[in-house]
Amino acid sequence: MGTASKPKSSPAGAGPVHSGTRIQIALIGCSHRTAPVELRERVAFTAEQAVEAARELRRQGILEEAVVLSTCNRSELYGVRSDAGSEITEAMEEFLTTFHGISRAELEGRTYRWLDTDAVRHLFRVASGLDSMLLGEAEILGQLRTAYGQALEHGATGPVLNRAFQGALEVGKRVRAETEVGARPMSVAFAGVKLAERVFGNLKGRSALIVGAGAVAEQVIEHLRNRGIGSLRVVNRSHDRATELAARMGGEAVAWESLEQVLGAPDIIVTSVANAGPVLTRAMLERALAVRGGRPIFVVDLGVPRNVAPEAAGLYNFYLYNVDDLGEIVEQNKRAREAEIPRAEALVTEHIAKFHSWRAALEAGSVVDDLRGRFREQREALLRERLAGMQNVSPEERERLAAITEELVERLLEEPAQKIRQGGTMRGRLGAIDAVRHLFGLDTSKAKGSGSEDSE
Amino acid sequence: MLNHMSYLSLALYAACFICYARVLYVPNLWLGRLATLLMAGGILFHYFALLDRSQGTHTIPYDDLYGSMSLFAWLLGVTYLGLEILHRQRSVGAFVSLLLVVWMALLGVLAPHTIPAPPRAQGPLFALHIALNTWAYSAFALSFVLSLVYLMQDRILRSHHAGTAFWRFPALDVLDRMSRSSVFVGLAALAVGVTSGFIWAHRLTGSYPWSDPKVVVTMVILVVYIGYLVLSRTVRWRGSRAALVCAVNFAVVLFSYTFVNWYFTRFHRFF
Repeated sequence: MGTASKPKSSPAGAGPVHSGTRIQIALIGCSHRTAPVELRERVAFTAEQAVEAARELRRQGILEEAVVLSTCNRSELYGVRSDAGSEITEAMEEFLTTFHGISRAELEGRTYRWLDTDAVRHLFRVASGLDSMLLGEAEILGQLRTAYGQALEHGATGPVLNRAFQGALEVGKRVRAETEVGARPMSVAFAGVKLAERVFGNLKGRSALIVGAGAVAEQVIEHLRNRGIGSLRVVNRSHDRATELAARMGGEAVAWESLEQVLGAPDIIVTSVANAGPVLTRAMLERALAVRGGRPIFVVDLGVPRNVAPEAAGLYNFYLYNVDDLGEIVEQNKRAREAEIPRAEALVTEHIAKFHSWRAALEAGSVVDDLRGRFREQREALLRERLAGMQNVSPEERERLAAITEELVERLLEEPAQKIRQGGTMRGRLGAIDAVRHLFGLDTSKAKGSGSEDSE
Repeated sequence: MLNHMSYLSLALYAACFICYARVLYVPNLWLGRLATLLMAGGILFHYFALLDRSQGTHTIPYDDLYGSMSLFAWLLGVTYLGLEILHRQRSVGAFVSLLLVVWMALLGVLAPHTIPAPPRAQGPLFALHIALNTWAYSAFALSFVLSLVYLMQDRILRSHHAGTAFWRFPALDVLDRMSRSSVFVGLAALAVGVTSGFIWAHRLTGSYPWSDPKVVVTMVILVVYIGYLVLSRTVRWRGSRAALVCAVNFAVVLFSYTFVNWYFTRFHRFF
């Protein structure tokens, strides 16, 4: 990773779309792709800090609109300022280091900066889970919604970031609804729970039994809890450990000796016991199924050696998955998710085009207003100058002259305004806006490059 | 006019099948909604086709094979759409719409499209009897499709080879509930339909046609589907075995609907 000095190619192949426009969207951040956790935790923002940072960025005049997104994998500042160039990201990075009290050298090569289309594309890809550590993970969309909602509530956003973040939330939802990027489980624990859903549908109100208290079993419990599992029992050789885990997860600890007695109750059984032979035999499970009146049992066997006798797999209404089965499914799912990346990227590109179309319309309105202002200024100056020496022109005639010249200004503006607002493609409109600004001297700042600067 | 409406509905059923099948492999909310809309459109045009035919014969379509099978397909579509909305579950749509397409295409090939001469006026009780019995058969057809999907899903779960569509199919529990509710609808419709048929026959002839093969087979249908509902809650049969029973039961329905009508019954030989 180099420093943020030279423009690099844009993410996912995006090229610069325009230059010299008035509204500059900028982003600076660091993520799991560019910085280790030791650095990420130092530039992370709490919810309160995020609000404060957004307020400060605006108060100090660095940005006109600001949103701070901070998760365990990324800290990003999104901002908008008119009449700004690439120096805006310099100021944002300066702010980031000052805010967290770290030196610029420590961030050297650990951050990325994006402008305009690239910044929007990055935001949309983040929302879609395409930039996540776990491709397509769903949590990021909620975190993005929260960050944006907080900024909106505190008045830190404006029309541009509102539009950009609403677009991001929309594309994030569409990617998850219309592609397989976020559809399939990517961890053994989650795969087990998703498979249980293939049997029972909604897990709300279902019961689960955890045999053993390993780390993966804990993850399974987390997923089951998130899905509203009704009752949860924990059995472990060490009753203290079972009690501790049950208390933490809101379940009930059961003595190891009572394992068979409780076996008939749960819909889902997760086993992860270090044992030389099977903990659950075919006979035990047969009896459990009989107690349940034949209702299905779904078993996730995370133990190695296996905790469930393999011959139990043949039992009627009994679904057994071991670590290898789940691992294979996770691998299949990874491949399926990766295969969906082009479709997700296409959705991102579609929404970027929508965003730019909206922005072009916004800027077209702005440039016409500026042009009108400039024409009126010149009209008033000319009338003042020429009428100063004409004593014989009555006030009524002066008013008529003013009205005629005002009408002339409006007529002169009519056609260019129409062409800027409606003419051709979005790219063409943005080009026309730049040309008008340049020709009529409306451009108060020098043209800005929209190429991205990336330190990744 | 009649054929145009029928062909239009067939085209819409085919289009909705493509959409439903596509959604199974590539999730797309809007495509799913479009599939539902196309199904609803197919049902609507199908209704107009049936209405047109009914106006020609002055009764609901039962007197000819084409009309009767067309009514069956229409009621199948209506029942499915109701279940789809109730359970918010589109993944069975591909199978149901495929059945509709095949059914309607077969109709187009096998049965004459001409409107038959109006049968003797039989009154509204008779029309109710016919409509409810046909509805029952449609509901059983739907439970047949749901049971097949259940068996497929169960097989995949046991084989541990989850394909793309596996994650899109409804859960076994959902399929079981949908199938049972479909059978409930079928049994209720059949019970009322048979009762209204008996009343109608008694009014007409003064006796109940217990010995008619159609009545006997209909009673068998009632028994086998009640049997399915009972078995599906027992230890040994709950799950895929019950689904298999439900799928096999449909063979009796098909037998009643075709061979019994064509060769065995006296009262129910309409075509």
